[in-house]
Amino acid sequence: MASITELEKICTQVRRDILRMVHAVNSGHPGASLGCTEFFVSLYFETMKHNSKNFTMDGIGEDLFFLSNGHISPVFYSVLARSGYFPVKELATFRKLNSRLQGHPTTHEGLPGVRIASGSLGQGLSVAIGAAAAKKLNKDNGIIYTLCGDGELQEGQVWEAAMYAAGKKVDNIISTIDFNGQQIDGSTNDVLPMGDLKAKWEAFGWDVLSMNGNNIAEVIETLKIAKTHTGKGKPVMILMNTIMGNGVDFMMYTHKWHGQAPNDEQLAKALSQNVETLGDY
Amino acid sequence: MKKYPYTEKKDTRSGFGAGLSVLGKTNPNVVALCADLTTSLKMDDFKKDHPERFFQIGIAEANMIGIAAGMTIGGKIPFTGTFANFSTGRVYDQIRQSVAYSDKNVKICASHAGLTLGEDGATHQILEDIGLMKMLPGMTVINPCDFNQTKAATIAIAEHHGPVYLRFGRPAVPNFTPADQKFEIGQAVMLNEGTDVTIFATGHLVWKAIEAGEQLAAQGINAEIINIHTIKPLDINAVIASAKKTRCVVTAEEHQMNGGLGDSIAQVLSRELPTPIEMVAVNDSFGESATPDQLMTKYGLDAINIVAAAIKVIARK
Repeated sequence: MASITELEKICTQVRRDILRMVHAVNSGHPGASLGCTEFFVSLYFETMKHNSKNFTMDGIGEDLFFLSNGHISPVFYSVLARSGYFPVKELATFRKLNSRLQGHPTTHEGLPGVRIASGSLGQGLSVAIGAAAAKKLNKDNGIIYTLCGDGELQEGQVWEAAMYAAGKKVDNIISTIDFNGQQIDGSTNDVLPMGDLKAKWEAFGWDVLSMNGNNIAEVIETLKIAKTHTGKGKPVMILMNTIMGNGVDFMMYTHKWHGQAPNDEQLAKALSQNVETLGDY
Repeated sequence: MKKYPYTEKKDTRSGFGAGLSVLGKTNPNVVALCADLTTSLKMDDFKKDHPERFFQIGIAEANMIGIAAGMTIGGKIPFTGTFANFSTGRVYDQIRQSVAYSDKNVKICASHAGLTLGEDGATHQILEDIGLMKMLPGMTVINPCDFNQTKAATIAIAEHHGPVYLRFGRPAVPNFTPADQKFEIGQAVMLNEGTDVTIFATGHLVWKAIEAGEQLAAQGINAEIINIHTIKPLDINAVIASAKKTRCVVTAEEHQMNGGLGDSIAQVLSRELPTPIEMVAVNDSFGESATPDQLMTKYGLDAINIVAAAIKVIARK
């Protein structure tokens, strides 16, 4: 097990990667990528049993992760590269012509670590349920992890999947919602209030936990607890409270950086708040 | 004109059910998903014989497509079943992103396609599904003509790696193709060699083309009849070879003229071998409630319409 200090060092490097990637192409989604950094680092460096050196689509015997809110691809790519799925220097190709690192993740270019395309919202939970069903048929004990955004819950397909997973007792899945309260047009409460999400998921029959997604010790501990809740007839949902833009003071507490890249000056300021620990790509 | 005797009429959807049943016994990776239309899709036998591999999704087609995509991760070969309208138009983005763009080995099996769904009317009679599906990169599109061919196609697509749209229908139609046929994806089937005009037909219109061929023969016109069961990838060589011989073409399908088989053939011929074409298809219209036979007549999809198109196109040579 890596120490919290070591994982926090990885987090600051991942934040640098995110900021530099979106700055280089003046596009992409830094806000929620920064907010979900601790979660991704915990999953890939601590929680999941996975084989980054020999990626296979089927991932037999492994835990699998599905990203539904594909626009936070910068954090996904950084963590995949930093955990060994592909060379770190390839992060420099993000969103450029002939890259495997498309704006939104895809299997189409053969990037190791990606098992489904995502970007058009609301589809990831269904895919995760399918992968969970295949695990059961294969008598494979691997756990399926998935993440979707809170604004994404406005898509109806999410609730089709929610109803199915509980109704059919898909209990080898740990789903997470990035509960940052922001979406493109403003706060989720202004765009479309979604009410009490904990009550909604519980009413659908899920086992609902919550955590502070920006406290890495708490994330690791909650993911550990969540695993003990699997195999008990209910799908598990973690409402993950995060701050969009976390780790860069001027990007926090606003939806402004949802899909906005920093300029040169802003990049320098943001990088100064995140120490280079593993070497920039 | 070659004779095609048959002993019974059967629905193509039952051919799908029979093929799926065979796959249940022969391929342990085949799983079936259904959105509350198990009996309509003739999936009951698979469900009874392999309950652990049958997934009742409920009335949630978007979720069904996503789950099917996910099940391929781990090596399963999912066959989804619902009506053609709910298999395509309703879930286009799910198919586009989670199946086609993601290169997932999902078989989208769609019954009650076209006007012959009948009395339920236009809400359920999709006539745009071939066009929607053939536009997706990497998607194979198959529309077999009778029970035996649908059964053979169902078995064949399990061996093909990649997304497939398999389209079939509700009414009983003559079951005239051989029970022991091997279904070759992308390979047109020559039904009658002729010299005066080529009729390229797909799905339920294949039998109508045979009837039309007999009527044309009675008038001294020798029609070549080719069953295009695979619309994508199209058997381009067969299309060009026949057009070169007869120098005029009729296409026939239970689909919109926009985006259907006729479109695909016109695209090939206009590029490779400009040839006069007449299209028997629904002309930019929704369907309506009535019996299947009444609708085929009203919307111009009968043998008599193919005969008229043939005579017209021969005059354009």
